[in-house]
Amino acid sequence: MTLVDLQKRFDEKIEAEVKIEPKDWMPDGYRKTLIRQISQHAHSEVVGMLPEGNWITRAPSLRRKAALLAKVQDEGGHGLYLYAAAETLGVSREELIDELLCGKAKYSSIFNYPALSWADIGAIGWLVDGAAIMNQVMLQRTSYGPYSRAMIRICKEESFHQRQGYEILLTLCRGSDEQKAMAQDSLNRWWWPSLMMFGPHDSESTHSEQSMSWKIKRKSNDELRQAFVDATVPQARYLGLTIPDPDLKWNESTGHWEFGEIDWEEFWQVVKGNGICNRQRLKDRIRAHEEGAWVREAAMAHAEKQRHRRDVA
Amino acid sequence: MNDWPLWEVFIRSRNGLDHKHVGSLHAADWQMAIENARDVYTRRNEGVSIWVVESRHIHASDPEEQDTMFESARSKVYRHPTFYDIPDEVGHM
Repeated sequence: MTLVDLQKRFDEKIEAEVKIEPKDWMPDGYRKTLIRQISQHAHSEVVGMLPEGNWITRAPSLRRKAALLAKVQDEGGHGLYLYAAAETLGVSREELIDELLCGKAKYSSIFNYPALSWADIGAIGWLVDGAAIMNQVMLQRTSYGPYSRAMIRICKEESFHQRQGYEILLTLCRGSDEQKAMAQDSLNRWWWPSLMMFGPHDSESTHSEQSMSWKIKRKSNDELRQAFVDATVPQARYLGLTIPDPDLKWNESTGHWEFGEIDWEEFWQVVKGNGICNRQRLKDRIRAHEEGAWVREAAMAHAEKQRHRRDVA
Repeated sequence: MNDWPLWEVFIRSRNGLDHKHVGSLHAADWQMAIENARDVYTRRNEGVSIWVVESRHIHASDPEEQDTMFESARSKVYRHPTFYDIPDEVGHM
């Protein structure tokens, strides 16, 4: 088949909502975009374990500790599903990890903010997972089969993450004045970075248009951000917390919450590596990878020895 | 680091059902593949049995040849029960 025919067949599948599978022909740009997006997503899951992992030993009760441990464990698993989906595109796990550790690959900037108080664990679950879920629900319908299947699995597992976060904040908000103040402080710090998670405005987003036409993405950054604000404002009200945005107001005619402008200077600074925790996060990942090297080697040596023994016997 | 081999994971969700492909993972050997599969793919009681197969042992049909590969079944409508006319009076058959 000629390149033109292959391209035509690919376009027809995209148009007809037929998923693209690993061995199907696909344009180079489609493959590259998917590798970039899926691996960034995988890195985000893995780096995302760090801000929360810090609080596992400090959780205020056994119930909270078990839930947080389960959540962080899920994130490790989600990283795995996503790396596996990226690998179906012909890139090795090793290459992907190397790109993260050498600082070439990006991960979600939200994880470059520190989790300073217990309330932050609540805010991360409620806002950060809430924003991630908006994106991931949309990605269940992505055009690449393995990515779509990973997303379906992730969404199924992740719904408890947001609920456990909200429940933490609800408990704090029903507690002492200090506890409620801790919850408010946490919302103040996490609100804007959570809105930044959806990325630049549609007009500024370099990859968006092409990704939408390939149906890798099904909704734009601004659409998803608006849906998140609309869903979250009433939840903040129920907690009795104030969203730190003086421009936030209900628009009766559109049926949406209007909100103020994001500090894009801050956004780009964190993307470029100048956030509060960028260096720490990467340092921790590199250390974990290096300190785990002997385990990976020993497991392989053990497996080879077993195989050898079986062959001899 | 050389990557551990890739394994495909199949899980039977309950007795009476087939093992179904759920995803893949890297592991040094089959025991580790089964343990890792338990830890990532059955954290919420998704399974009662796990199979792992090293990915390199799986051979697949070529999607480029999909049309010719499955063409012969497409024209054989007489393999389906609805192809045959049975009067309503006969009842369910």
